[in-house]
Amino acid sequence: MLTYLSRRVAQLLVILLASSFFVYNLEAIAGDPLEEIKLSSDPKKAQTIVALTRQLDLNTPPPIRFFKWLGGIISGLWGNLQMGNARTGQSVAEAIGNAVPTTIRLVLAATIIAIVLGITIGVITALRQYSRFDYAVTFISFLFFSLPIFWVAVLLKQFLSIGFNDWLANPILDWPWLVGFGIVSAIFWAGVIGGDLRRIAIVAGTAFTASAGFAWLLSATGWFASPVLGPIFIGVGGLATALLITTASTGLSNKPARNAALTMVAVGLAIYYPVQLVLTKNVSGWVLIGLAVLTVIVGLLAGYFFAKEDRAPVMRTSAITAVVIGGMIFLDRLMQEWVPYVSNDFVSYRPIPTIGQTNDMITLQLNDEPDFWLGSLDSLLHIILPTIALTIISFAGYVRYTRGNLLEVLNMDYIRTARAKGLTERTVVMRHAFRNSLIPLTTLMAWDFAGILGGAIITESVFGWTGMGTLFRVAIVSFDLNLLMGTFIITSTLAVSANLISDLLYSALDPRIRVGTGE
Amino acid sequence: MFGKKKNVVEASVGSGENAIANKEIEGLSQGQLVRKRFVRHRGAMIALVTLVFIVLFTYSASGLHLGSEKDPITVPGWWHYGITDLSDLRYGDGVCDDGATGCPTLQLNPTQPNFGLGDHPFGQDDIGRDYFALVMRGTEQSIMVMIIIGGMGGIIGTVIGAIAGYFRGRLDGFLMRLTDLIITIPAIIIGAVIGYKVGNLGVVVLGLYLGLFSWTGLARLVRGEFLSLREREFVDAARVAGASNRRIIFKHILPNAVGIIIVSVTLSMSGAILLETGLSFLGFGVVAPDVSLGSLISTYQDSFATRPWLFWWPGLFIISIALCINFIGDGLRDAFDPRQRRRITKKDRQRALTATK
Repeated sequence: MLTYLSRRVAQLLVILLASSFFVYNLEAIAGDPLEEIKLSSDPKKAQTIVALTRQLDLNTPPPIRFFKWLGGIISGLWGNLQMGNARTGQSVAEAIGNAVPTTIRLVLAATIIAIVLGITIGVITALRQYSRFDYAVTFISFLFFSLPIFWVAVLLKQFLSIGFNDWLANPILDWPWLVGFGIVSAIFWAGVIGGDLRRIAIVAGTAFTASAGFAWLLSATGWFASPVLGPIFIGVGGLATALLITTASTGLSNKPARNAALTMVAVGLAIYYPVQLVLTKNVSGWVLIGLAVLTVIVGLLAGYFFAKEDRAPVMRTSAITAVVIGGMIFLDRLMQEWVPYVSNDFVSYRPIPTIGQTNDMITLQLNDEPDFWLGSLDSLLHIILPTIALTIISFAGYVRYTRGNLLEVLNMDYIRTARAKGLTERTVVMRHAFRNSLIPLTTLMAWDFAGILGGAIITESVFGWTGMGTLFRVAIVSFDLNLLMGTFIITSTLAVSANLISDLLYSALDPRIRVGTGE
Repeated sequence: MFGKKKNVVEASVGSGENAIANKEIEGLSQGQLVRKRFVRHRGAMIALVTLVFIVLFTYSASGLHLGSEKDPITVPGWWHYGITDLSDLRYGDGVCDDGATGCPTLQLNPTQPNFGLGDHPFGQDDIGRDYFALVMRGTEQSIMVMIIIGGMGGIIGTVIGAIAGYFRGRLDGFLMRLTDLIITIPAIIIGAVIGYKVGNLGVVVLGLYLGLFSWTGLARLVRGEFLSLREREFVDAARVAGASNRRIIFKHILPNAVGIIIVSVTLSMSGAILLETGLSFLGFGVVAPDVSLGSLISTYQDSFATRPWLFWWPGLFIISIALCINFIGDGLRDAFDPRQRRRITKKDRQRALTATK
């Protein structure tokens, strides 16, 4: 194993070396960094050219310049990393240091949402293979596959941002919207739950009435103008979540799990008002992290005390429920800032922005009087559109992949054995089939997470974010080799590491596959 | 969600179904089988017809434009406007609604007097250029790049994968490390660097360069397929019979791997059109004065609120082409998959029963 690992790492280093040499020279041949200045009519042209030639070391041939650059990178091994300066004079390490958090913020949420949603829908379509729901999802995922992200982004800007902001001036849902919403929900739930005609009719009717009625209630009570969750939503939503999680995780017949999950809802409601005192305007990040950890611990403890035997599934169920309820309370606190936020002079009732990472004026205001929640809400609203765009694009892949894998696993002999033993369908699907179908997905996930830092060039450009993608684009057009290589070395290192990690993970998860035994 | 499934029961009566399924494929060659399965895939057939229509329509309307800006090779199409022709902007009451300028003349409602294409079916851009001509040229360029990338990727990937998988050993090691090397470099970097350098040499050159770097996935697939196929009995038999390496590769192994290659190349083409339009959107691919679907969207993205047709048409063409190709690829995958069997419907079962009686 160790020999295998060291051999693989050595190979990776050689590949990285070769590919960075290749990219460096490719970009050096691609264009002349002085072209723009040579064409300009600046009287001090000659001096600028001389200065830039010295700054960028243009008199050294590119292959040799590459090794100079490489020397700086290698000296990073003894803590003296030299990535050089960008053309603007800013240090590359600093530029990347600023860009990385932005990019992570931009892409991480989208990736996680796409994975969770994609796997969920993929599992449902596999279980409902060849149903109308399956065909509809197949069509939609093909459509999403075929969408260019820049096109989606412009559409989202137009309809979701501008349209929604216009609607917010008078946030009342008309009848066509209510009926449309009800119909969509009816079709979705009827497709998911399936069954014979009678059952479909009942499900569709219930879903229609419930969704349309709920939306009407929200609209009529003016909830959209000042949205908060409040104890009522948290109670009802928490109850539904607790039951849903218990169903998927252990089955409702597991009394301890059900009781532990329900207790979590009760605890959440009980601490709702006290916890507001902790979540003040200048609450520190550490307090929030502490609260999150505490939530998980409380969930695990509740599971531990409720179950007399076979504790792990119960603890898992109650911990997941606790986290969801905690998330609701967090969201509720965030939504309490909504009214002050939208009525802010710089927002003036148009809360969904089309461009940018934060509202500059709000950022300035926050410098004077810090408010964690207002700032978070501002960032959150700015991230909504890019996240939706990125999610739409990568969601389809997960749906198709999960569906294919799960169908393959469901046809295996051991699934038939599990069914023949008399296990419940839930256990067969969730424990025997679903878990095994996730193994090949780890490869896809490893690649996706590696792609996070490099990805999103187009998204960043459309939504005006300055992350790694923007650095990269700027570096290419201005022939800024240090900047280009700085971003490249990070993305490519991540990519090759992801490849190695996914191989190792694969062999760890699937004992039939063994790495390092000859080639 | 966890209801008992019907096909559990169906599996137990599998032998009957096998009989029905086997009856259907009796006496057919592999090619006939594949064709039959493909034709039966309704989505793929609709997609194929649509795609053929789009391609014929585009190329007949726009003609063919090859070569670089300096020495172009042009075959004219039937559409009477070129992409540089300036005509008067249409505006005013009774012509365009809401005070818009250059609105589309396309009328799909046959009861209207102005039914048909009209003078500017897709409208005009801000300076009066005919948008139909622009979109057709963009589609022409994008399809061309897509086909070149797919074709180059297919050929190089197959050759490298086949050599690596068949000869194994050191050659395999070297070729696979080369593949790893190229995989490390994200497509967008290559596209950006290349596009920036050769984007003005015309789309064919751009496509060729991009194709040089888009074979890696296929090479790995083909290598895997060759590695397993070369150990099979029929290959041993051919070798014992004295067949040369060339003959074994081309006559014995390649025909068995052709399914995987065709499917992969088809699906890669939908990725290729998205790559090209994405690059052109960023300004790295096809550059002005030439147009591609991506550069059209990039140019007119801000006029969405006032002249939405400038935004809808190129997007519509990108999506239709990519969607059609994805469906065709899906149909091909099902058609080439030997495990794939048609769902036996009640009607089939009934028919089989009456036939045996």
